[in-house]
Formats: sequence, C-alpha cells, structure tokens
Amino acid sequence: MNRFAELLDRLAYEPSRNNKLRLLVDYFRSQADPDRGYALAAMTGALTFAHAKPALIRTLISDRTDPVLFAMSYDYVGDLSETVALLWPAPQAPERPAGSNQPLAPTLSVIVEQLHETSKSALPLQLALWLDALDETGRWALLKLITGGLRIGVSARLAKTAVAAMGGLDPNDVEEVWHGLKPPYVDLFAWVEGREPRPVTDDPAPFRTPMLAHALDEADFATLDPAEFSAEWKWDGIRVQAVTGFDAAGASVQRLYSRTGEDMSHSFPDLLEALGAAGLGDVAIDGELLVVREGLVQSFGVLQQRLNRKSVTAKLINEYPLHIRAYDLLTENGEDLRPLPFMERRARLEALLARCDTARLDLSPLVPFDTWETLAQARRDPSSAGAGADAEAIEGVMLKRRQSIYVPGRPKGSWWTWKRDPFNVDAVLMYAPRGHGQRSSFYSDFTFGVWREGANGDELAPVGKAYFGFTDEELGQLDKWVRNNTVNRFGPVREVSHGLVLEIAFDGLNRSTRHKSGVAMRFPRISRIRWDKPAKDADRLETLERLLRE
Amino acid sequence: MLSAMAANDVLSLTPAGLYCRAGDFHIDPLRAVERALITHGHFDHARAGHGAVLATAQTLGIMALRYGENFAGASQAIAYGERLTLGEVVVSLHPAGHVLGSAQILIESQGYRVVVSGDYKRAPDPTCAPFEPIRCDAFITEATFGLPVFRHPEARLEVEKLIASCRLFPDRAHLVGAYSLGKAQRVMALLRAAGWDRPLWIHGAMEKITGFYEENGVPLGQMRKVAAADRAKLAGEIVICPPSATQDIWARKFPDPVVAFASGWMRIRARARQGGVQLPLVISDHADWDELRATVEETGCSELWVTHGAEDALVHWAAQRGLQARPLNLIGYGDDDESVAEAQP
Ligand SMILES: [Zn+2]
Ligand SMILES: [Zn+2]
Repeated sequence: MNRFAELLDRLAYEPSRNNKLRLLVDYFRSQADPDRGYALAAMTGALTFAHAKPALIRTLISDRTDPVLFAMSYDYVGDLSETVALLWPAPQAPERPAGSNQPLAPTLSVIVEQLHETSKSALPLQLALWLDALDETGRWALLKLITGGLRIGVSARLAKTAVAAMGGLDPNDVEEVWHGLKPPYVDLFAWVEGREPRPVTDDPAPFRTPMLAHALDEADFATLDPAEFSAEWKWDGIRVQAVTGFDAAGASVQRLYSRTGEDMSHSFPDLLEALGAAGLGDVAIDGELLVVREGLVQSFGVLQQRLNRKSVTAKLINEYPLHIRAYDLLTENGEDLRPLPFMERRARLEALLARCDTARLDLSPLVPFDTWETLAQARRDPSSAGAGADAEAIEGVMLKRRQSIYVPGRPKGSWWTWKRDPFNVDAVLMYAPRGHGQRSSFYSDFTFGVWREGANGDELAPVGKAYFGFTDEELGQLDKWVRNNTVNRFGPVREVSHGLVLEIAFDGLNRSTRHKSGVAMRFPRISRIRWDKPAKDADRLETLERLLRE
Repeated sequence: MLSAMAANDVLSLTPAGLYCRAGDFHIDPLRAVERALITHGHFDHARAGHGAVLATAQTLGIMALRYGENFAGASQAIAYGERLTLGEVVVSLHPAGHVLGSAQILIESQGYRVVVSGDYKRAPDPTCAPFEPIRCDAFITEATFGLPVFRHPEARLEVEKLIASCRLFPDRAHLVGAYSLGKAQRVMALLRAAGWDRPLWIHGAMEKITGFYEENGVPLGQMRKVAAADRAKLAGEIVICPPSATQDIWARKFPDPVVAFASGWMRIRARARQGGVQLPLVISDHADWDELRATVEETGCSELWVTHGAEDALVHWAAQRGLQARPLNLIGYGDDDESVAEAQP
C-alpha cells in the first residue's frame, strides 16, 4: 500500500501525460501480482466496496488525540483524511534495524481483499491496525480509498496505455480484451509481459476500439477525388458504440460504450432496454448519442443536461429521450465486418435497420454531393442541404473513403471531419493566472472580456478563458506582456491593464448563469493576438447575445 | 533554582524583539539596536546595522558574507560553551543544530537560567554541530512546526526519493529548491552520503555560502555553478537553487525540469501544490512536533515561551503538563531565508 500511495502522490504532482505514463510503467514493472492488478483496478474504477463514513475516521482519531490539537491541526491542513494521516500516532514498536522495511505494512491486495470480508463492526479495529502499520502517505491513501475520496491523477485510458506499453502493445489491444477481464488482472499482465497468450474473453457484448477521423485541412482537397468519398453530417452528440449479444444462458445483453471503451450502460437504462427490444441480434453499432425530441435532434447543450445527472429518474428519461444515430456496423451475428469496405458495411447497416424497430435507433443520412463546392455549400448551410431543422445539432461534415476498411485508432487517409468555421470575436485580455505544470512559470491562461455598458460608461464583461491556440513564441510574448502590464495581483492571478485585443475563436455559445456576462463559450481558443487593434474597438456583449439568439 | 525569579525578570518584549535589561542586549533583534546577540545567520534573525554584535565566529562570517564586512559597528566572536559576563548576567552559546554556527543562548542571572533556542532541530545533520539540550528554568522555544501534523521523516529517505526520480527520469533535470543557507548544504551532504557522486550544480545565489561551508570543514564534493549556457544540457543532473528560482524564467531552460522543494512545509499537500512542486521533499532544519516536546521536557523548564509559527498548539500542550506557557506573537520572524534571501546578491 505504501508504494501505491507513493505512486498516487507522485502522479498528483506530475502534470505531464508522458511523465505520468513513465511513473505508471515503472510502478507496474516493479510491483508484483496481485498488488499491481488491484492498483490498476483502483485507477480504472473497477474496485467496489462499501465506503466508510468520515464519522468513523473522526471517532478513530478522537480516541487517540487531544481534541484541541486535532481541531488546530484540521483547521490548518483543511482535509480530514490528510489531517488524520499526519496526526496518527505511531505505535510504540520495538526498534527496527535502520533501513529495514516495515514488515507489517499491509499490501494493497490485503486491504482490498479484506475490505470485502470485514464486517461493519469489525472495520474500526481493522482500520486502526492498518493505520498503525502504514507510513504517512500510505495512511493518507488508505483513508481516501475507504471513504471514496481517492482521486487518481490519471484516466483509466492512461493506466491501460501504461499496461500496454509494458509489452510494446497498442493501448487499443488492451482495450479490446479489457471488458472480459477482472481484477487483479493477472492474465493481462502475463500477456503483456509475454509469458502467456492473449486472454480470451467470453464477453457476449465486447467493446471494439473505434476508428477516428482526422481534421481536414482545406488544402487537402487538391489531392482528394470527390468520387471516392461519401459524406455524412457530423452530429454534435457523443460518439458511442452500442453492442448487443447473448450470454451463455441465451439471455440478451446490451451495452453502451464511450469511444474510449468506458461502459456507460448504467446511465442509460431506457436506451438499453429499447436496444434489447429492437431485435438487432448480435451486433456492434458505431453511432452518435443524441437527444431527439419529436423527431428533432437537440443541441449538445440539451444532451449535457441528461448526462450530468447522478440518478436517472423517469422525469429525466421523458424529458431527454435518447437516440442513437447509427453510421457503421462492425460485427453482425459473429461476422466481423470491419475488413469490408465502408460502402458494404453501410449496406449491411441499412439492411439491419430496415428490419428492426428503429424508434430509438436510426440511420445517419448521407449528404449527396458531386463536387467539393457542393459539399462546402452543404456544410455552410446544412438546413437547405437536407438536414432541415436538425441543422442546429450539426457541427460540420464527415468524409469517409468509400473503400476504407474499419481500422481501430486514427488511420491516415480514410476519414476526415470538416467542421463548420468557428465563431470569432475580438476580446480584451483581463486576467492571467499562472499556468500549471510545465507552464507554471508562464502566464498561460487568459481570461478575456468584451465591452458592455456599465453604470460608469463602458466596462468589460468577462466571457471566457483560453489556454491554447497560441504558438510557444506567442506564449512568450503574451507572458511578457502580462508581466509588463500588471495592475493588480491576487495570489497567482494578475490583473492587467485593458490594452491587448485577442481574437478568440470558439465553437458555440451557451447561456450561462455561472458567468456574470450570461454567456459561456464552447472551446474558446486564441486564434490571433491583435497587437494592432485598439482595445476600445474590441467586440461588445451585444454581438454575442445576437449570436445566442440566432 | 531560585523559584522567586521568572523569565520576565530576565527578558522582556520590546518592539525590536527580546531584550535583556540586566545585560543590556537584544536577541535576534528585528531592527537596528545598540547591542545584539545573534543566534544564527538566517535573514530574519541576523539583520545588518547593529552597533555591536556577539555571535559564533561562523555566524559572524555568514553575516559578513551576506551584508559585507561592515554589517555592524563592532563584532565579537564567542565559542560554544564560552561564558561571558555582560552587565549583571552571564551569557554562553550552545549548538542548536539548525545551520552552521547556529546557537542557543543561555542567560544566567543570579542562578536563574533562561535559554533562548533560536531555530533548532534534533535530527542529525552532518553540516553543523548537533543540538545540546541545556537544563534551564525558562525556555524560549521556536515552534515553526508546532503542530502535531508535523513529524518529519528521516531526511535520508527523502533524498533517496530524489535519487530514484533521477534514475527514472534521466532525460530531465532535477531542480531542488532549498534555502541558500543551511538547507542547500544539508541536501548536498545528504546526497553525498547517499552515494550521489556526480558534480552538483548550484545556482549563483548559493555559491558563496556553499564555499563558506567548505572552508569551515564541511566537505560537499564537486560543485559546478550553473552558467546560462549549461542549463539545456543538464538532463539527469541535480541542480540546487533557491526555492523562488524554481518558478522563475531561469528554470525554463532546463530540460523538462522536475521541480523539487526541500522543506518541512512539504508535508502538507496543499502547500506543495501551491508551489507548483512535482517532487516534495520533507526535509526540515526545524524541530518537528515530537522534537519540540522532547526538547521542552529535556530542559526541565518550568516556564515556556513560544515564538515563531504555530505557537498555540505547543502552549496548549505545555499548559496541560503544568508548565507556565505563553505565546510571544512576535511578528517579523519568517520562514528562514525565503522571502528576503533572493534580494541579496
Ligand atoms: Zn527562524
Ligand atoms: Zn533559521
């Protein structure tokens, strides 16, 4: 447990993805089974046990410390688990020879296995014994783990990438076997270390790594022949994979995966039920998750309302009817369709949907075009190109090579996204907090605002914050400008004089009650630094409000 | 012990800090005074401009290094254990184990003994003389880490973490933020003890002090000053610099630097996060909670004054043990060298 805790601690402080990966690989290489497997389970959210209440921890510590000293300490540290981890009195142990490890410290596997078996009444004593034997970092991680507050500085995807890297495999290789595996993943480690063959999964509804598109550069058109491509709308929803199958007992199984392979089924019981009833058979469908109300696709903002909920109520299900717009068929009744050209898979998908109940599942229509000009026209104005009122939920077009096979990952030369032009606004730089991690010595986050009428004439209303879009050289210039034009400091944040105009590109605009200005930008980035433009000529809030209404 | 006397009869609080009327001197005064006894060379304790200064030869040497030869009107060195009569009292200096030359000050007044600890620690430190507990009636202790959450781990283990990180990331430079006086040299000595025998790269701000340690018989191995052109080439090396330098433009030129900070504060995660630290090293030159309590008990004092840091917790603990304890609430003593150090050449 101490070593796992040390890893978590280090991951939390290390901002770079690549360096986190190296820490993870080092950990998995240096630790034995089953400990590393339980660590992987903790990082991928696969550990389940009933969490202890913070009150239990308070009781444990109050039996062991002076209440006044505890209160002072808690006040100073500000976090219960950390305070207790630091305060926990070391037991009076016989002296150990210098350099020897604490032989009694429980391993992560012992803790995980016993947490399942320990009764509620026996937990306090068990916990105290563990806390006695662990070091400070180990105690901190244990307390976080059992209270459910363990935040791990890596995604499940990154942890799996590290496991794959141990054996020089692609993360998608791990992803494909993942759903058939269970903690502590002894078979997985044996495979990546080359000691055993690839684990066989008998998962009736497994995940397949999706194929992803490249962003299209308009210069690419010169080399592309429109006759070789088919086009679809790029829907502004969530990429999902719907898989249906039958388990060993013949019962039907449905799952909904995110594009990274996260099983999201539990959040969408209504949709899963509809998929089960649709008579699809044993299939894996690639598509977009959308909210469709009375035949109308809703914007991403509406879909988000459904996503960000803890509990799925009947009201939520009724107000946000979910739908899958299907665009590819990967397997059908045991047949792997991925080696087939796109147009053949498409024909199989059309045939499948034609014979099934498609109330919650329909086909993503093709956008007809013969020249790039016609497609450009459709992209500019989807509503007159067949999308009608659904145009709101369209982000652009997808181009797929008709002959392309389905390749997991992001292969070159097959699929492209051609997004709608982003929106632009000229805003004025207002605040710059210090960046994080590798950028921590730079002012690299930029809060900007636009003009509006205030009580004393025009004032700036902050409308967003951008972290990227600039080159390293521009970052250096911005950083220098911030340092030279600071008028006020609040901790790590500098307020600057209102003298620099930034051209901000963004993908959309939502109403927001959290922002004082009432609007929130989606994906804002700095597209240009307008050294040339006087701040008073920057845009006004009314311009954004007009965009919202349109 | 003459219980008729109390600490108040020997020391009083003035705007300049602790003052001994019977000897007519201040201890670590916060502003220029006529006569000062200085416990150690950190900026918040050793200020320039006093009329006369009494301290260990090493502390005087450090002051001269930092402020120039004319840091005071006059100065007088006193060896550890040497007794000197000042007015109606006798003073002597005793090792505090904090940094090179650091001392506790014992004042004897008609048989009544007061010890002013200055900054101190009990953990072993190869760069300075170890703390000597002194029996006294009144003990004026620092409490920089005076909360039970502060229990410093063995410094050796923290340095092992640093070395392990260098092995794991041989393509990155490791920048270790450490106060220029004391902490930096202790980290160097710890690295040597742990078998790190590559040259250590040091920031220009700690060059003179580090040389001073070596002149005073503290071997630290091969040192190289970081010149501007070197920075990009220091992958796999350990660079020791003032903590503020790790967040400077200066730090950017190193290859994907791992920012470490050697400080007792690193025990608190929020503190480490605030500093943009990637590798917190809990290495402190101050007594931790256990050391503070053990030391108070060893002195056998009946009266305890607490200064510098989290005073209330130690006062609470002492009061429960039947000691007469009070917080001093002196403003002006800070976190060793950090705030002012880098303004100095
Ligand atoms: Zn101090
Ligand atoms: Zn000090």
